[in-house]
Amino acid sequence: MDKSFTERRRRELLVAACLAVAAALVPLFVKNPNVQNIMILTLMFGALSQSWNILSGYCGQISLGHALYFGLGAYTTTLLFTKFGVPPWFGMLAGGVISAVIAMALGYPCFRLGGHYFAIATIVIAEIGLLLIQNWDWAGAALGIEMPVRGDSWLKFQFARSKLPYFYFALALACIAWIVTWWLEDSKWGYWWRAVKDNPDAAQSLGVVVFDSKMGAAAVSAFLVAVGGSFYAMYVSYIDPGSVMGFQFSLLMALPAVLGGIGTLWGPLLGAVILIPLTELTRSYIGGSGRGVDLIVYGTLIVVIALARPEGLIGLFSRRKETAR
Amino acid sequence: MTAETIIQSLASGLLMGLLYGLIAVGLALIFGLMDVVNFAHGEFLMIAMYVTFFLFTFFAIDPLLAAPLAAAALFVLGAVVYLVVVRFAMRAKANVGMVQIFATFGLAIVMRGLAQLFFTADYRSVPQSWLGGKTVSIAGIFLPQPQLFGALVAIAAFGGLYLFINRTDFGRALEATREDPGAVALVGIDKNRVFALGWGLGGALVGLAGAIMASFFYIYPDVGASFALIAYVTVALGGFGSVFGAFAGGIIVGLVEATTALVLPPSLKSVGIYAVYLLVVFIRPRGLFGSM
Repeated sequence: MDKSFTERRRRELLVAACLAVAAALVPLFVKNPNVQNIMILTLMFGALSQSWNILSGYCGQISLGHALYFGLGAYTTTLLFTKFGVPPWFGMLAGGVISAVIAMALGYPCFRLGGHYFAIATIVIAEIGLLLIQNWDWAGAALGIEMPVRGDSWLKFQFARSKLPYFYFALALACIAWIVTWWLEDSKWGYWWRAVKDNPDAAQSLGVVVFDSKMGAAAVSAFLVAVGGSFYAMYVSYIDPGSVMGFQFSLLMALPAVLGGIGTLWGPLLGAVILIPLTELTRSYIGGSGRGVDLIVYGTLIVVIALARPEGLIGLFSRRKETAR
Repeated sequence: MTAETIIQSLASGLLMGLLYGLIAVGLALIFGLMDVVNFAHGEFLMIAMYVTFFLFTFFAIDPLLAAPLAAAALFVLGAVVYLVVVRFAMRAKANVGMVQIFATFGLAIVMRGLAQLFFTADYRSVPQSWLGGKTVSIAGIFLPQPQLFGALVAIAAFGGLYLFINRTDFGRALEATREDPGAVALVGIDKNRVFALGWGLGGALVGLAGAIMASFFYIYPDVGASFALIAYVTVALGGFGSVFGAFAGGIIVGLVEATTALVLPPSLKSVGIYAVYLLVVFIRPRGLFGSM
């Protein structure tokens, strides 16, 4: 490993630490709850997309059904809390573990499928999950389920008066997803994943355990997405199957990574920082009339970025880096 | 549950399945031609339904007669989408797969937004048509006429498509381009032209389907989404790129859906389709008729 590489990794860590500290200071100056809400969603989608990126970006297994794990996290936490009074922190852990186990159980047959057959299998499995929850009366069926308000407390992770605890939790989530990715990038797993993505047959012949690498990526990815789902459930305190487990959500989760730069360390966060505020602003400024203009703006943006920057917006930064190297 | 009910629902399942095949075949054709999955396919269907609706509302043209017009309109839309968006998506040097998915997905969102803006989110329907609400009884089984007509159109369209691909110069050019887009340039075939016509043809087929659906289904901006998912499953079940696979896949999906509706609550009827898809690809990873 040459020196410049180690140096680059250390510099990345430093940049990330500075950004995290800067982000942590923002709410001290920005008190507007609407802006704080957008920041929380941006951090959450950054974390989700970063987690999706581990399986789909680094390992190359395009999942269009990650809403399943998001929904599992959200529902596990909500159901444990409302029905059994289990604090959300345990629900979060339980949701993560359940999702990771399910991801591996589903991966076992699915990872044999290639390309579009795999992607459609992920959509279909998430749809089955959605339909089952929609028909499960105990879990609120299609109407969804509400988190009862039990007063502000850290144990119950409920804060009616301030958005700040949610903000810092979302920030922590984004940091964890980033650090996990950063650490995995230079681990044995990271190299395996990229080998599996580029050429699974060659990787296999060189002794990479292709199947196990995919399973590992799926478990990590699903766990982190489920934690994001738990957070979302606690933050909005009302969930319904369509909005947390629908196909649309799977795409929304993938979008920041794709637009920012799929399979890159900074892509998902960059994509989220640009996309989420834009989505929220177009929705609140021109979407209020319900006339579809927000959809037109949003869709056009996706088409334009996808066509103009196929390698992701991160490409705008990397050119400079390449000449410097 | 009597034998009659079972035969009755299998018969309606078969009709619906042929229609599913017609919805899906455009997707299969485009994929076979250039390895692109059109994520705006459901929105093509939605637009065809609106075209039929407005032809009926403003010019009192029956959906039966509107079908060729809707097909023509969607032919133009398909070709334009290729020339304006997909052509450039295919030039991407990185992440070609994701760029195609998200370029067409973005387009789908734009189309839904446009539909909301111009046609509003209201549910619309064609209140009366020549076949609407009428049934025909064959050996004690009642078949709704619009669906029966749709099934016949689907069979005719598949037959026509088969002849078109195998017996015409353009069909041969299509086959040749699909085998080797680079080499066809040497014999004077313009790849872009063939691709644009392929997209047009794919659009025209879903246009036919949309016109038929308009006479017995509600029309609203998001109507495409649920049918698009069924179309993807149909195409993948039959094997990506196989036109015959889409036909067979459609029939299977229709029958499975009808059977599931017999044993599970109606809201779970799609579970059967999804489960059968998974079962098939776990055994045959490239679908029923996909090339290995």
